[in-house]
This record gives sequence, C-alpha cells and structure tokens, in this order.
Amino acid sequence: MDGVHDMGGTDGFGKVIAEKNEPPFHAKWEGRVLAMQRAMGYAGAWHIDHSRFAQEQLPPLDYLGSPYYRRWMLAMEKNVTERGYATPEELKAGHAQTAGKNLKRKLTPDIVAEGMTRSSFYRQQQGPQKFQPGDRVRTKNIHPATHTRLPRYARGKTGVVEMCHGCHMFPDSVATDRGDNPQWLYTVVFDSRELWGPDADPTLKISIDAFEPYLEKV
Amino acid sequence: MADHDHSHDHEHGSELSETQLRVRALETVLTEKGYIDPKALDAIVEAYETKIGPRNGSVVIAKAWTNPEFKKALLADATKAVASMGHMSRVGDHLVAVENTPQRHNMIVCTLCSCYPWEVLGLPPVWYKSAPYRSRAVKDPRGVLDDFGVKLPKDTEIRVWDSTAETRFIVLPMRPAGTEGWSEDKLADLVTRDSMIGTGLALNPSEVK
Repeated sequence: MDGVHDMGGTDGFGKVIAEKNEPPFHAKWEGRVLAMQRAMGYAGAWHIDHSRFAQEQLPPLDYLGSPYYRRWMLAMEKNVTERGYATPEELKAGHAQTAGKNLKRKLTPDIVAEGMTRSSFYRQQQGPQKFQPGDRVRTKNIHPATHTRLPRYARGKTGVVEMCHGCHMFPDSVATDRGDNPQWLYTVVFDSRELWGPDADPTLKISIDAFEPYLEKV
Repeated sequence: MADHDHSHDHEHGSELSETQLRVRALETVLTEKGYIDPKALDAIVEAYETKIGPRNGSVVIAKAWTNPEFKKALLADATKAVASMGHMSRVGDHLVAVENTPQRHNMIVCTLCSCYPWEVLGLPPVWYKSAPYRSRAVKDPRGVLDDFGVKLPKDTEIRVWDSTAETRFIVLPMRPAGTEGWSEDKLADLVTRDSMIGTGLALNPSEVK
C-alpha cells in the first residue's frame, strides 16, 4: 500500500541523530513488546508480514507520531483482535474472559534460544527462474492497496539483476492470507539517476531485493 | 532480566502511561489465554540485553581481516561462514556480507520498516529505525554520512542496500592501517556497529585505548 511507511526518498525529516551508548531498551515495556512479538511469532499466531502490514495500516499520524515499539504494540493489538486471539473488550479489561485458541506451539524458557532464531523463508521453487545476474529488468508500476515490498521510489525503473537468492515466500500473498506463494528473489541494482533524476549523485547505486512478480524483462 | 530501572520507566501506581497500561493488558491477556509464558519473555529480554549485540559481528569481521579463507567463505555465503564459528546462536538463512574497498563503500538501510541483521548486530539503534535515516539513506547517503561525521572521497562509489525482503546485509569494513600483526580479539575492538551498517568506518588504532 502507498503509505507513510514507504519513506525512501521523502524529504524533510531532518538530520539523523544517533544516541551515544544507547541501551537495548529505553523502558521496560519496550522489551515486553518485543518479547511478546517473538513469542507470538513462534506460536504461529501470525507472520512477520502480518505485523508489517498491520503497522502500515495505522493512521499516518499514529505511524509517524508513535515511538517504534508503540507502533509494534498497536500492530499487535490489531493482529490479536482481528485474528481472533482475544477481543477488544478483553484487552480493555486487561483480563481474558474465555479460553484461548489452540496454537501450534508455545515458547517456554527452556527453548528460548531456539525460538529466537529467525526461521527460513526459503520455499520449494514453483517454476524456472526467469532472470539471471546481468539481465536488465524493469520494476512494474504497481500500486497494490495491500502489503508489498516494492518501494515506491523503485517502481517503473530499469535496473540490473545482480544476485538471485532462491525462492522465498511472497510477502504480498502472506500478508493477505493467500499462502506462501513462493517466488524467486533477486537483488536488483539501479543507477541513482534512474531513480532520482539527472542531478543525482553519480557515484551512488541503490539496490532492492525484488520478487519476480515485481519485475519484467527490458 | 537486568534489574536496573531506567529513570523514565515509571512502573508503579498512577504514573503508568497509557502505553504501559496497554502493554501490560496485552501481556496479561495473552498469558491467561495460554499463548505466551512471561518467563520466556524475561529470557528473551535478557538475551537482547546481555548476549545479542554487535560484538558478535565484530568478531566475524576481525576473523575475515586475518583469515583470507574465512573472508572468502564469508563473502560467498555469510550464513554458513558465521554458523561455522559456532560462537553465537544460529544465524537465519539469509545473511549476505558486502565488502568495502577503496573504490566502494556500502551502506545498509530498510526504507519500508526496520530490517536489520539482529543476530550479528543485536537490536537496531533508534536512528536506524527513524524516518530521517530511512528516507535519506537511498537518496542522499553522503548527507547521512555527514551526519555521522564521515567523509568519503568524492569519487568513491556508494552502494546502498535497501533490505526489502528477508535477506540481511552486513558490511565488511576496510581494515585500518597500522594494525599489522594484531590479534583477532584486539582487531574486533576496532569494529564498531556503525562500521558494519556502513554509517561509520572501523576505528583507527589511535581511537581505542
């Protein structure tokens, strides 16, 4: 979706300000939010692209105005209620009123290390690889109203395939509950002037990781 | 779990913020429903506070600086190379290492959210997840480097990797001059988090004690 989360190339956000000796968390609740997200992911309650999509659907002012982990919390509330893991009334009351749904597994302290390892996104290939390193490709000019990983600044642009990463589950499908729908994944590199016009820094090259459905041959 | 409280973390009485209340409600409800175990949450938080940090990545980089075979393996398949070191929890399947050279400087960003090589660098810093970085890194990386006090030669190619899928990138910075014969352990002290994101360079020997 064409939301405020798709920030690449937006002007006006100002300087990057780095905090010296930044702690892992700035408040206890941040760690709880992160850990709940990990635990619910391990349980199979939803997929990482459901979390991303839920954040993208936050009202723009909420997205831009919320600290990072508050955004996670808002997205988690959305997934918890919309996917039927709890009701809004329960979250409001702060207590469960009925028993939970069955989830495939539960993260317990003894298996935390295993539960924190990122799962594999590789999937069985469904067809032959369409592009090879060195191929010139154009990204499609698409504007799906739902989750996609093709950023706006790189749509309708010509670039070169640099790597193929194998077949991965396709976020655009996963986020909308249409299955893994595995697709070939490529690193595609663009000249800065293709993306940002003739005045762009000529020493700059930008790459994205693009799923095959985002691409067409030039 | 680390038991120090941050001064702005008012976990008591009427000082609970709306966010804290909602997070607490989520944790209670999800626990009562049987989906999560608060003790597992404690362990996760503790791991991020004490075990999973950029030192993991620094050790990998230092090894690549001293061991040409390992460097080759790292650039060919970073997941496999890092796993072979066995000093950290297994890395996810999709790690790619990109090498800085005098001709080319690499920088990592996620313009769409906050994708970051957590297993080797720990939690991303706030600036990495912020709008200024996400918006500018792909368009004006020299301006971003300027914010970090880093100046590169005008003709150095800058390559920005936008992490738009599940591939995660780590920069292999250039080894600083004057470090010949240094041990991996000593070299690792020169490898900053930012140098592995590409918003910094590895430290010079004079910059460490």
